[in-house]
Amino acid sequence: MNLIRYQRPDSVWPTFGRLSSLRDELDRLFESPWADLANTSQLLSGWTPALDVYEDKENFIVKAELPGMKREDIDVSLHGGALSISGERKSETKHEDAEVHRTERFSGRFQRTVTLPAVVAADKVKAQYKDGVLTVTLPKTEEAKPKQIDVSVS
Amino acid sequence: MKQTIEKETPRNIEHNRVAEFISPGVNIYETKDGYLLEAEMPGVGKDGLEITLEGNELTITGRRNAESPGGEPLFRERSRLDFQRTFELDPAIDTAHINAKMNQGLLTLTLPKSEQVKPRKITVGE
Repeated sequence: MNLIRYQRPDSVWPTFGRLSSLRDELDRLFESPWADLANTSQLLSGWTPALDVYEDKENFIVKAELPGMKREDIDVSLHGGALSISGERKSETKHEDAEVHRTERFSGRFQRTVTLPAVVAADKVKAQYKDGVLTVTLPKTEEAKPKQIDVSVS
Repeated sequence: MKQTIEKETPRNIEHNRVAEFISPGVNIYETKDGYLLEAEMPGVGKDGLEITLEGNELTITGRRNAESPGGEPLFRERSRLDFQRTFELDPAIDTAHINAKMNQGLLTLTLPKSEQVKPRKITVGE
């Protein structure tokens, strides 16, 4: 165990939420093959759900705003020390013959990845989706929990 | 000029005032039968929802559920403000039959047009 508290890698812990979406888009632009980009027009359909990360003694808690999704369209996965939340909101076909006045809601795919600052017990991770907010609770492993060290003074 | 549901009162652009609300993102569709309005209010349950009609101004307000503090924040993008937005309604809307549904933080309002303004086909007699 090291004594240095983790540092936030810039790519995963952007300073401002609004900038993060632009940065994500740019990252994606350079990562994806051109053909792929042309097909999916990710720049136009980009959706970066807002996300919070909290830490208490026992857990890391990640909350993401995903209004109006179906449970089965949300994927939560853990790869090494990184939590990924992804999914897709299909644009609905029921409005095909309608005149569109406003479209401020995003549709299409989204993915967000959070690098966790300590090891979590992968088999005990829980996810709950309520009122459009996804809450993922990731319990820390015993080694990662803060410990009290008693020093006897003689 | 065609008047639609989408015109908003200038409440959102008032200066020198601390914002108490954020404006929810909406989709608005119009068909010959009426309007459909979808508003995103994540963290708002059915109990936190308030829809008021004053004259032809419709205001939707969504108050977020009280969330447990959840420990020390490491990273925060989500707003903690409640949602509010006001729309001026098309006079063709039958305000007595507005219907609201709340599902996973998405408010869906159906605003039917009253019968007399719906386009009607008139058969021409011989």
